[in-house]
Amino acid sequence: MPVDVRLPTVLRSQAGGRSTVSVDGSTVGEVLQSLISEHPGMGEQVLNPDGSLHRFVNVYVNDDDVRYLSSLDTPVKEGDEVSIVPAVAGG
Amino acid sequence: MLRMSTDVQLAMVSHCLEGLPEEACGLIAGDPALDAVLAWYPTENVARSARVYTVDPLAHLRADRDAESRGLQIVGVFHSHTHTDAYPSPTDVVQAPDPSWHYVIVSLRDVQPVVRSYRIVDGLVEEESVVIRTHVVQAS
Repeated sequence: MPVDVRLPTVLRSQAGGRSTVSVDGSTVGEVLQSLISEHPGMGEQVLNPDGSLHRFVNVYVNDDDVRYLSSLDTPVKEGDEVSIVPAVAGG
Repeated sequence: MLRMSTDVQLAMVSHCLEGLPEEACGLIAGDPALDAVLAWYPTENVARSARVYTVDPLAHLRADRDAESRGLQIVGVFHSHTHTDAYPSPTDVVQAPDPSWHYVIVSLRDVQPVVRSYRIVDGLVEEESVVIRTHVVQAS
């Protein structure tokens, strides 16, 4: 099932400059795995080696932070937008 | 170089002053090829701190969508330093999320606010000039 993924600006060069790409998956985890299999260079910036979400990355399904849903098990359906939003922070 | 209008500069500084005593933050958008700020987005500092800031990620997402709808892109972040110089802190350098971004710092340490901008690539900080004009070129 195709789902749009909104990429952070730092990853767009790996997708030909596109801000969104369409990948398959029925959960957030499946969507991210599909994204990484198509664009392997994005892997370490999105997921930890153990497959969990990188701490400097927020993932939203539409306007909802998946950390407050079911994290990587959060279901997605066609028409949803999964967004990868980098943590922007400092001192 | 980073170009911005006097209106944008004053609005960013005002947002930072309104955030006192905490640090304030926001995002800037433009055409990456022009090095010009064509829109800015105040965001909540969800860290609610006088020493650190975290841009509200949902506000970031909404700013990203809005910028794209205007043919722009998020090209950087600004935040205030309430009691220190307008120079990136070690935390700013370690957590810089995108080497293509402009990192604008508004220092409120002195009576006159100071606005400076930096590029941060692979942990290296390089200051860039901030050019402020009445008008900046618009995106095509």
